[in-house]
Amino acid sequence: MSLVQAMFYLMAFVTVGSALVVAAGKNLVRSIFLFFVTLFGLAGLYVLALADFVAVTQIVIYVGGILVLILFAFMLSGKEALATAEQQKTKFISLHNLPAFILAALFLVVMLNVVFKADINNLPWIKTAIATKNVVPVNGTGINDIGVGLMTRYLLPFEVISVLLMIALVGAAHLSRKEPVEA
Amino acid sequence: MLVSVVLFCIGLFIIVSKKNAIQILIGIELMLNAAILNLVAFGKFDKTNNGGQVFALFAIVLAAATTAVALAIILNVYRRYKTIDPDKINQLKD
Repeated sequence: MSLVQAMFYLMAFVTVGSALVVAAGKNLVRSIFLFFVTLFGLAGLYVLALADFVAVTQIVIYVGGILVLILFAFMLSGKEALATAEQQKTKFISLHNLPAFILAALFLVVMLNVVFKADINNLPWIKTAIATKNVVPVNGTGINDIGVGLMTRYLLPFEVISVLLMIALVGAAHLSRKEPVEA
Repeated sequence: MLVSVVLFCIGLFIIVSKKNAIQILIGIELMLNAAILNLVAFGKFDKTNNGGQVFALFAIVLAAATTAVALAIILNVYRRYKTIDPDKINQLKD
């Protein structure tokens, strides 16, 4: 087994394992911080998929932004959140969680079936990509291509998403403002 | 692919089983990340256009926007109901 494969299995194990603990844990704070570990594992997987820029973006946005937001909301909703988290004393697979578990397991079976049927290594477009040398090289970096692509080919979605971010920011600020006192 | 599938199902399980809006949000993020992982993995085979990676970037930004708005809504709901258990929030207008 090569080093890359070993790294892949390590990252995959870290990611899936910490995600499972997030699902099973009763302590909300602990599950938030384990979600942190999951995100780092995912960033490692992106690096192994030769997408270093996406990996860095993942760390900056998710770990720096979203996780802090979640922690912030958790602190603001304070004792009540802790109380409901503590109150949930059920085991991982108990009667209360059984329908959810069955649903997730059945969905897992269906998705695994699809993945194995798809026969990933023999898809025609991937074969043509490999034949025409359209694969991201291991030694080079794709950041240059991504930057040029963002400003030329993907300019319209780029602008649209900037406007959407603006709208989301204004909307979030509007939603979380203090209600004006009724006169 | 397999990792992505497993992550997606864990996210689904969290969403359905948890009784806390923040935990449900974490589940949604997990499912989004599973999808992004697939995009990135297949983006490897598209060097000239970088379709997968660019789309993954857009998806991450969208997830950030979604989370910001959702957390604002959660805080608002908490201020009004003093709880963030979605089972107990049952009125549309007071």
